Amino acid sequence: MELSSMQIIAIFIIASVAGMGSVLDEFQTHRPLIACTVTGLILGDMTTGIIIGGTLEMIALGWMNIGAAMAPDAALASVISTILVVAGHQSIGAGIAIAMPLAAAGQVLTILCRTLTVVFQHRADSYAEEGSLIGIDICHLGALLIQALRVAIPSTLVAMYIGTGAVQAMLDAIPAVITGGLQVAGGFIVVVGYAMVINMMGVKYLMCFFFLGFVVAAFTNFNLVALGVIGLVCAIVYIQLNPKYQVAAAAPGNMSSSAADDELD
Amino acid sequence: MEKKLTSSDFFWAFVRSNFLQGSWNMERMQALGYCFGMVPIIKRLYEGEDRKKALKRHLEFYNTQPFVTAPIIGITAAMEEQRANGKNIPDSVINGIKVGMMGPLAGVGDPIFWGTLRPITAALGASFALTGSLAGPILFFVLFNAVRLAIRWYGIKYGYTKGTDIVSDTGGNKLQKLTEGSSILGLFVMGALVNKWTSVNIPVVVSQITNAKGEVVTTTVQTILDQLMPGLVPLLMTFACMYLMKRNINAIWIIFGLFAIGILGFATGILNVK
Repeated sequence: MELSSMQIIAIFIIASVAGMGSVLDEFQTHRPLIACTVTGLILGDMTTGIIIGGTLEMIALGWMNIGAAMAPDAALASVISTILVVAGHQSIGAGIAIAMPLAAAGQVLTILCRTLTVVFQHRADSYAEEGSLIGIDICHLGALLIQALRVAIPSTLVAMYIGTGAVQAMLDAIPAVITGGLQVAGGFIVVVGYAMVINMMGVKYLMCFFFLGFVVAAFTNFNLVALGVIGLVCAIVYIQLNPKYQVAAAAPGNMSSSAADDELD
Repeated sequence: MEKKLTSSDFFWAFVRSNFLQGSWNMERMQALGYCFGMVPIIKRLYEGEDRKKALKRHLEFYNTQPFVTAPIIGITAAMEEQRANGKNIPDSVINGIKVGMMGPLAGVGDPIFWGTLRPITAALGASFALTGSLAGPILFFVLFNAVRLAIRWYGIKYGYTKGTDIVSDTGGNKLQKLTEGSSILGLFVMGALVNKWTSVNIPVVVSQITNAKGEVVTTTVQTILDQLMPGLVPLLMTFACMYLMKRNINAIWIIFGLFAIGILGFATGILNVK
C-alpha cells in the first residue's frame, strides 16, 4: 500500500510524539496501546492498530526504565510494526515478531542519544554561568527533540518505502517455520515482562501473593477487574493485620486486654 | 519587599515537571530536566548573580522515579523562597535534600507506578484492545494519566506546604504501607497474568486409547500438565527469566532466546499454537 504524503507527515509527527514519550515516560505515548492505535488510525485501519497495540502491550508490560537501566524501546517497535502490518499486509503474528528486533534497535539508539545529550547538559552549564533561562530551556528541549527524531526518522523511512515492494519482498521471504515459531513464542514471550516486574519489586516475603494470584486465575474464570479487587483486598487485609504497623495502636489495647486477663484470673 | 511564589509559578513548574526526563543523559541523568522544572521558580525569586548561582545549584546530578519528583520540587521551591528572602540556606543543604530524598522516593515510586499502576492499567487496556475495542487504549491513557497528573500537582503543593517536615512525615509508615500494599496487589495480578495471559501447548502424544464408549481419547503432554496445574510451564519460564535477569542478562536477549525456543519447538513439533 502506497502512503500519501499527508499520511507520511502524520507518521512523522506521531513517531516524534512516541519518541518523546519514550524518554519522558509521562503521558505514555510510547506504549504500544497508544502508539499502535494512532498509527493504525493514520493508516486507515485503527482496529488492527488497536489489536497489535494490545498484543504488544502484553509483551511490553514490564518494560521499564529503572534508575540508569534502559528498557527495550516500545516506541520504535510499535510504530514500525503497525506500519508493516497495516500498510505492508503482514499478519499480526509477523508484526509482533518483527517488533522485537526493532525494540532492541530502539534500545541501542536511545542509549546512543542519551550519551549524545551529555553535550546539551554541558551547554546548559555555560548558559547557567550567563544566567540565561532561555538557554536552559533550549538545551533541555533540544535534547528532547533528538529523542523525537530517533523514532521519527526510521519510522518515516519505513513509511516512505513500504509501497515500493522492496520491504514487501523482504517480509515475504521469511519462511513459514519462522513465522509459525514466532507465533508459538508469542504465547509465552510475555513472561519476560512479568519477570521484570517481579524482580523489580524485590520482595521475596510477599511472593505468596504471587502464587495466590496464579492459583486463583488457574481455577476460576474471573476477569481482570475481579482479580484486581481480590488483590486489593489481600493488600488491605495484610496491612490492617500486620503487627508492625500497629505499634502505636496496640500498646493501649494490650494493656486493657492484660487487665481483662487479670480480672478473669 | 518579601519575595513570594505565586500560584502561576507553581502551575508552570507543574507543567514543566512533565518534561523532567527530556534531556536524560548518561552523565547527570535528570539534572537538566530538574533545572528546567525550576526555571519559573528561579525566575521569580532571583536576579543577576543569584540567578546564575541558583541555576548552577539545580544542575547537579539528579535521578529518581519521575512522578515522585513532585514533592521534591515543592520542598526545594519552599527552601529557595526562604533563601531569596535572606535566610541562610547553603547550597549543600538544598542539594542534600534532593539527593537524600531521591533514593527513598524512587524506592516507593518504582514499585507503585512501574510495578503496579502501569502493568495493571495497561493489562486492563490490553484486555479490551485484544478484541479491537477503542475502549482499551482510552481506558489506559485516561486512568494512568489521571493518577499521574494528580500526583504531580498535589505532590508539588504538598512538598511546598510541608517543606522539610516531609522527611519526618515519610519517616512514619504511611509510605511503607502504600509501597507494601501496592507490591501485594502488583504481585497478585502478575501471578494471575502468568496464568491467564500466556499460552503454551506441547502437543506430543503420550497415549491414544479407545474408551468404553468407543471414543478415541488422545492424551498429550499438555493435557497431563493441565490436569496437574494449568499454566505450569509459563510459571517455570517466569522463574527462569527472573533467574537470568538477576544474573544481569539483558531482557532483549531472553526475548530472543524464547523466540529461538519457539521456532525450534515449532519445527520439531514439540510446541504448537493452542
